[in-house]
Amino acid sequence: MTPDVSLFATDAPLRLLAARDRTTGRILFPHRDGDGLETITLGRRGTLWSYTVQRFRPKTPPYAGPEAFEPWALGYVELPGEIIIEARLTDIAFDAIRIGMAMELTEVPLDPAVAGSLRLPAFRPTVEAAA
Amino acid sequence: MSDATNVCIIGIGIHPFGRTDALSGIDQGVFAVRAALADAGIDWADIQFAYGGSDAAGNPDTMVDRLGLTGVQFINVKNGCATGGSALFSAQTAIRSGQFDLGLAVGFDKHPRGAFNALPAEYGLPDWYGAAGYMVTTQFFAAKIMRYMHLHGISRRSLGLVAQKAFANGVHAPHAWRRSEVALDTILEAPMVSDPFSKFMFCSPGEGGVALILASERKARELGATPIRLAAATMRTRPPGSFEVFAPSIDLGGGTATATRLAAAAAFSLAGIGPDEIDVAQLQDTEAGAEIMHLAENGFCADGEQEQWLAEGRTRIGGTLPVNTDGGCLACGEPIGASGLRQVYENVVQLRGQGGGRQVPGAPRTAYSHVYGAPGVSAVTILHR
Repeated sequence: MTPDVSLFATDAPLRLLAARDRTTGRILFPHRDGDGLETITLGRRGTLWSYTVQRFRPKTPPYAGPEAFEPWALGYVELPGEIIIEARLTDIAFDAIRIGMAMELTEVPLDPAVAGSLRLPAFRPTVEAAA
Repeated sequence: MSDATNVCIIGIGIHPFGRTDALSGIDQGVFAVRAALADAGIDWADIQFAYGGSDAAGNPDTMVDRLGLTGVQFINVKNGCATGGSALFSAQTAIRSGQFDLGLAVGFDKHPRGAFNALPAEYGLPDWYGAAGYMVTTQFFAAKIMRYMHLHGISRRSLGLVAQKAFANGVHAPHAWRRSEVALDTILEAPMVSDPFSKFMFCSPGEGGVALILASERKARELGATPIRLAAATMRTRPPGSFEVFAPSIDLGGGTATATRLAAAAAFSLAGIGPDEIDVAQLQDTEAGAEIMHLAENGFCADGEQEQWLAEGRTRIGGTLPVNTDGGCLACGEPIGASGLRQVYENVVQLRGQGGGRQVPGAPRTAYSHVYGAPGVSAVTILHR
């Protein structure tokens, strides 16, 4: 599967694309084109709003992940002043996940064993810069 | 309102929920219609109009082949998880308008085993969303209750208590699918499906059929029926900022406004009574958390009070507000087109005092039903006798 270019901005650092309604200011994710909408990039940092762990392999189609299933965490992350978005959670043990924790944007491949696999937005606990 | 336009339920029929491999969904709908006609003491030829709902088991109006080609007006309804509720709403409107005085609302369904298998394009979502594994309804329910538990101090044990009650009530409901009790520890320690829910905390897509015969109050008296009055039937869609199934994003500050709150407020207003005057309630329990959140969304308690309610057994049969007296979706499964009508069926049983081992004591006079589901729809009814 080819990467969906409408998810991520193409320039570094990693950013997610979204749309903003010019009239109401409401932000829409995923990004879409339309009358009165402008393309924006979302902030990279936020706090965890809620989460769950997907423990069984979703049905295929539409799921296109690896045949051998390993559970993954899925969260909603509140980006301050913008929107709450759904994304994978990574670099954290399931039992260490807490609502309200600080998180930052990263990405995970849908299937790590396949080169060029679909890139999914993900959040990991914020790594504070060393003092 | 007059006797000509007050709406009563004078006949009920149900095909047992669960798995019936030998019968199609429509077969189960026909079974329910015949049972409801017999219960009302009328013939199919007496039916002036019908609204039929099914999400995935065929066109309801084709059942005229089996029931009789009387030329009856028969309108199909397909409205997501509110399919049954929408059929009932439409049927009562036909009587309130004064155009008809005897009709049918029927709903049935037959879903494949396992989780619902939705495709992103059907919901206006990009293909990557499905490829990523997010077209899974259980994720939404889990994320919604996880947030709710965090905000309002609901324990995971309370989720277990809801499931335990559902299976205990299902034992006494002949139409239920799961009819044996499950111990609280078994529920809590069972394999996790989508945290915080174990496998006993989710209902399963299933099969079943329900039919209700509606009449004007005048017609009901003419037929010598003991009428159960339909005081309100409402259906609403989602407000801004709601958090729904298959949501790639939520507006800031969202997650608390719901279609349920709108449908409930409209129903109480129409019926002219408040939540404290309801004697028995059937609330959407797709999973154990939904029943907890829906207690508050429908106005029966404040957010967070459910923890104490459950600890005190207030929602059990014999409690101050018995909820899901036939075991709800957790014990009956969820055939989408039939599920909301099952709740109304159960409420009629309770108001008639025919609940047997699951009968709410004290001769209940008012009963409430509530459906919620994709894509952010809710339907409520209030019955009284």
